[in-house]
Amino acid sequence: MMPFDLVIVGAGPAGLRAAVEAAAGGLSVMLVDEGREPGGQIYRGSESGAFAGTAKLGPDYAAGAVLAAAFRASGVQALFGATVIQIEREADGSFCVSVATGHDKAVVIRAKVVIAATGAQERPFPIDGWTLPGVMTAGAAQTMLKADGVVPDGPVVLAGTGPLLYLLAAQYAALGVAIDTLLDTAAPGNWRRALRHVPGFLASRYAFKGLGLLCKALAATRIIRGVEAVAAIGDTRLSAVAYRKGATERTIPAHVLLLHHGVVPQINLTWSAGAQHRWNAARLAFEPVRDASGQTDVPGLFIAGDSGGIGGAQAAEAEGALAAFGVLRMLRGTAGDDDRTERQWRRRLAVSLRGRAFLDALYAPRQSHLSPPDDVIVCRCEEVTAGDIRKAVRRGAMGPNQVKAFTRAGMGPCQSRMCGLTTVAIIAAETGQSPSDIGHMRLRAPVKPVTVAQIASLSDTGERSAVD
Amino acid sequence: MFRRLVEPAGHVTVTIDGRPFSVAAGETLSTAMLLAGFAGLRRSARLGRERGPFCGMGVCFDCLVTIDGAANRQACLVRVRDGMAVQTGTRLAALADTVPE
Ligand SMILES: Cc1cc2nc3c(=O)[nH]c(=O)nc-3n(C[C@H](O)[C@H](O)[C@H](O)COP(=O)(O)OP(=O)(O)OC[C@H]3O[C@@H](n4cnc5c(N)ncnc54)[C@H](O)[C@@H]3O)c2cc1C
Repeated sequence: MMPFDLVIVGAGPAGLRAAVEAAAGGLSVMLVDEGREPGGQIYRGSESGAFAGTAKLGPDYAAGAVLAAAFRASGVQALFGATVIQIEREADGSFCVSVATGHDKAVVIRAKVVIAATGAQERPFPIDGWTLPGVMTAGAAQTMLKADGVVPDGPVVLAGTGPLLYLLAAQYAALGVAIDTLLDTAAPGNWRRALRHVPGFLASRYAFKGLGLLCKALAATRIIRGVEAVAAIGDTRLSAVAYRKGATERTIPAHVLLLHHGVVPQINLTWSAGAQHRWNAARLAFEPVRDASGQTDVPGLFIAGDSGGIGGAQAAEAEGALAAFGVLRMLRGTAGDDDRTERQWRRRLAVSLRGRAFLDALYAPRQSHLSPPDDVIVCRCEEVTAGDIRKAVRRGAMGPNQVKAFTRAGMGPCQSRMCGLTTVAIIAAETGQSPSDIGHMRLRAPVKPVTVAQIASLSDTGERSAVD
Repeated sequence: MFRRLVEPAGHVTVTIDGRPFSVAAGETLSTAMLLAGFAGLRRSARLGRERGPFCGMGVCFDCLVTIDGAANRQACLVRVRDGMAVQTGTRLAALADTVPE
């Protein structure tokens, strides 16, 4: 089988722009995405979703249709509804990309170079009762809105911190969907810490967008700021939300609770591929180490967009272009006939990253929410509590891999996506070490559970197995 | 719990736990199940508690269901098809069919 010049993982703004620029440069490109169509998280459903072709979700969302059309016009081959479970660099420097294409099928795609543009996931917000049906993330509710045109019914509460929480509130408000209460859990001191980033923020596009958003959501919604604790209450499903602010404790009836704690890079795939990752103390997340084109210390493995560090959709698109130019230079010795375009994308990247530091500081979660009380479940898969993890640390489990072995936290099918960062935060609080010294639980391929039939189908086709 | 804001172009029929439901063509399975009143889709591994869709984007694995006999599929990553048969209530320990690492 002839290898592709380039395999791109992820069809968000980063992956789509990378595909368009790489194809324009004459490369053979294959793009793989778990979703059903181009768009990624921000532009989910912009081709065939409930609001495709409308401006009802705002001008940012409408931009997705334009990018998706450019991608379709590029003629790049794509595999949708397919999950990349492993990226492996061979001895000859090329890559084997293992892809689960169905519950009983998997294929290996060979590539000279890989761009991982797998985006972000929401940072876990572990609270009492967050495993109850009826409790979801704000991102999940927003995905239901974009893909299927479905919204919460009955009393709905939003809780947490981060621009996306307010964006969802604003999108609901614009559509006439009533929100009962928004519980803002950002620490009150965030404003002071964010102040020194105000100049950058005012120079950014977020300033205008941000204020417009807030006003819209504020007018329509009851917002309670400075909330110190949130709990989901119910027997077999959510019936109410309790919160505490200072001496005030209240319980409000709710059918749906939407949690949000900001977004962090999805690192399972790039970590398991061997790329070096580093703790970013301002963003409270692990990020891959990359050069100016997005290349990691695994030669030929590039990372673009939010999976490399949260920068938002505009930055993701610019990074996608820059990674494509980097790949062109690597394979063709030149990034196209003039490097003006590359400089333009680099400028756009710089502009779109202005204001990010302000948002990071303003919406930073509270320490007490990153490292929750003892009885809160941290690992949803194996039902391991914060107390279990603390006990393990006190018994001598100094790192996340030991905590995993002691408690089973991180051993379930989500492979620590829902508990990894919280485990690190708890160890940090208990031992006084910095997350940078603690590190993350080891992340291995396949990055999603594989069925026996998938493995069998790999060997049936004579390709090498996805699992070593 | 949830309602439809936009009317679908067409409908298909899926069977959930043996009962037929008319759902929007092409809709995400987890959305269709929430609209059909299924809040809990599976049970947790250790305590056997009900779990429903949580992250909506394939990272949490709480929405695992059996689809046309295939166990442990992520309902948030699958679109409904006419005639699809879905089974809820798997207790996650039954992940034995899969290779976790
Ligand atoms: C749930 C959610 C909702 C968001 N909504 C907004 C919003 O409304 N507005 C906004 O400004 N920002 C939003 N964001 C922030 C978002 O991260 C950026 O705006 C932007 O989408 C980042 O672009 P990207 O190309 O880096 O990644 P994404 O747009 O996230 O695209 C990544 C793509 O990779 C695919 N993928 C991931 N892993 C694999 C794999 N192993 N195999 C195959 N495919 C894979 C995913 O299916 C996805 O389509 C949201 C983030 C999240 C997590």
